[in-house]
Amino acid sequence: MKILVCVKQVPASNETRLDPVTHTIIREGAEAVLNPFDAFAVEEAVRIKSRCGGSVTAISMGIPAAAAMLRRVIAVGADEAILLTDRAFAGADTLATARTLARAVEKAGLPDLILCGRMATDGDTAQVGPMLAENLGIPHVSDVAAIESVDDSVLVARRLTDDGYARVRVRLPALVTVLREINVPRLPSVSGVLRGEACGVTVWDRAALGLDPAETGLKGSATRVVRTMRPDLSVQTVAIGGRPGEQAARLIECLRARKLIETEGRA
Amino acid sequence: MNGLIQPGGLWVYCEQGPDGIRPVVFELLGQATRLAAAMKCAVTGVLLGGTGSQASDLAQAGADTVLCVEDASLVAADELRHTGELAALVQQYRPAALLLGATAFGRSLAPRLAARLGTGLTADCTQLDIDPETGLLLQTRPAFGGNLMATIVCPNGRPQMATVRPRVFTAPRRDPSRACRIVTERSAATGSPIELLGRVTLGAEAAIGDADVLVAVGQGIGSAENIALAERLAKKLGGALAASRPMVDSGLVPYVRQVGQTGKTVSPRLYIALGISGAIQHMAGVAAQTIVAVNTDPDAPIFQYAHYAVRCDCGAFLREMLDRIEEGE
Ligand SMILES: Cc1cc2nc3c(=O)[nH]c(=O)nc-3n(C[C@H](O)[C@H](O)[C@H](O)COP(=O)(O)OP(=O)(O)OC[C@H]3O[C@@H](n4cnc5c(N)ncnc54)[C@H](O)[C@@H]3O)c2cc1C
Ligand SMILES: Nc1ncnc2c1ncn2[C@@H]1O[C@H](COP(=O)(O)O)[C@@H](O)[C@H]1O
Repeated sequence: MKILVCVKQVPASNETRLDPVTHTIIREGAEAVLNPFDAFAVEEAVRIKSRCGGSVTAISMGIPAAAAMLRRVIAVGADEAILLTDRAFAGADTLATARTLARAVEKAGLPDLILCGRMATDGDTAQVGPMLAENLGIPHVSDVAAIESVDDSVLVARRLTDDGYARVRVRLPALVTVLREINVPRLPSVSGVLRGEACGVTVWDRAALGLDPAETGLKGSATRVVRTMRPDLSVQTVAIGGRPGEQAARLIECLRARKLIETEGRA
Repeated sequence: MNGLIQPGGLWVYCEQGPDGIRPVVFELLGQATRLAAAMKCAVTGVLLGGTGSQASDLAQAGADTVLCVEDASLVAADELRHTGELAALVQQYRPAALLLGATAFGRSLAPRLAARLGTGLTADCTQLDIDPETGLLLQTRPAFGGNLMATIVCPNGRPQMATVRPRVFTAPRRDPSRACRIVTERSAATGSPIELLGRVTLGAEAAIGDADVLVAVGQGIGSAENIALAERLAKKLGGALAASRPMVDSGLVPYVRQVGQTGKTVSPRLYIALGISGAIQHMAGVAAQTIVAVNTDPDAPIFQYAHYAVRCDCGAFLREMLDRIEEGE
């Protein structure tokens, strides 16, 4: 069974710094980590491999420094890693990212199963997975909480829906995006870390993927960010003081006045 | 081509759930009427697997036309089949923009459809406007866990696609005098590689995304007994229990109740946060009208977001609240 996991490097913290002149995000100096959701995708891939045999390939589009993150993915059980890096990939929206990833997947050979995180914590879009599946012409199942069974041809998954859970069966090849409740990722072993250090990361640029510059990065993106701003979080805060009994009474009064609660009872 | 639907219109995808058309659809129709006035175009509701009889509801909320694909099997939430149907309709009628609810299904369907159509998509918008100069849809959304708001446009791809979080906008008052035209199309009736084996519908109290009132517990809640009190208060107020991530990680509260960047986004009218510090990742999921924060630490960040700040121990607060509310029964 050939498994591919898509992993992205994201800033370790969501505390953004804005360039006061250009209003763009200052990325320099910010520590970068594996997108937390992708750690669950990696773990699930490694678990499936240990049950069904086969191989796990990690793939990422990012800056050259993302190679270090890919080595850590090898340290927890992936067999090989591919880094897609090129100045021409910079500024990609989800459409251009998915297009670039799709071309790389085709070059590497379509696997039986592709795993993605539910979303990346920097953009929070949750779009790249389904878009990649569409570009490859394979089905996708998103928000998967458990993979109940999988073999060479079908996968049964439990997915989170708006109303609860649904169990679905999908023919492979398919793409699955995973939730954090799917597993508890393992920590790297010493031998794993050594293997990650020793292992080469395959690097492909735009030319290697045979993509036109107009198809990638900012040029290949359908969307443009025209403005960024800090959200206005200022609210009028009313402090409710006193002893607990008085506080509860006053709060009930205030909430009732704003028609937020309708219960009877002494205030 | 059916002459009743002009190219360049504003479309709303009318998602159906187990209880019929989802509430977010009406919220979208309200926004669509406002935007369509600026775009000088009509609003079309697209109903897959629906019947013409559902159209009057959509008309009363603002749809000028309802485009209906009458194939009962389409009621099932199947991303691949819905992508196929919507792509065919878009290619036939060429709308300028398409809005979908940012439900779990909407957020799975929309990117697939955008990739098939080769157009841009903005997820989870909280504000939509029309640029008076370019006529483009200005799509504003939070990024970096709510630390930043970004306004995004799709200059060339059509339709301009956006998903909008449920309950960010209020549904318009229904106008019973409004009627609409109904255009019926045949379905492509394709099969699907995805088969539904079964569903587990969680009790209404677990559906925190739809709750009017949420009582949320964090690490400062103190004890399992206090969690039970919080849930009792939630029920008394007609709402549900929610939690911060550490409560879920420790197994005290199930994941479906987690609020935040890696949990659910909620937009209740009232959010009572008990012993929650107000980390940005938690607040990213809170789009409440009114926030009450109960915390012993006067410097807790949650107080910056709170409309009512209650410096108090959670346990004492809960007992006093329940005491008063239950006495009135
Ligand atoms: C990538 C990423 C994603 C994340 N996603 C989420 C997410 O989706 N949801 C989420 O919630 N978190 C998320 N987190 C975690 C988040 O950063 C915080 O760690 C978390 O929200 C803190 O939870 P808390 O407020 O319950 O606990 P704490 O931060 O420990 O706060 C407890 C609060 O309780 C108060 N307190 C203590 N005792 C009492 C008492 N007796 N009475 C009243 N108050 C008391 C304290 O003053 C304190 O303010 C994420 C983190 C990362 C890095
Ligand atoms: N640049 C990238 N390289 C590899 N995988 C990615 C990249 N961007 C997104 N993904 C994958 O797509 C998922 C969803 O990302 P997003 O749509 O950005 O929220 C992530 O969890 C990854 O699995």
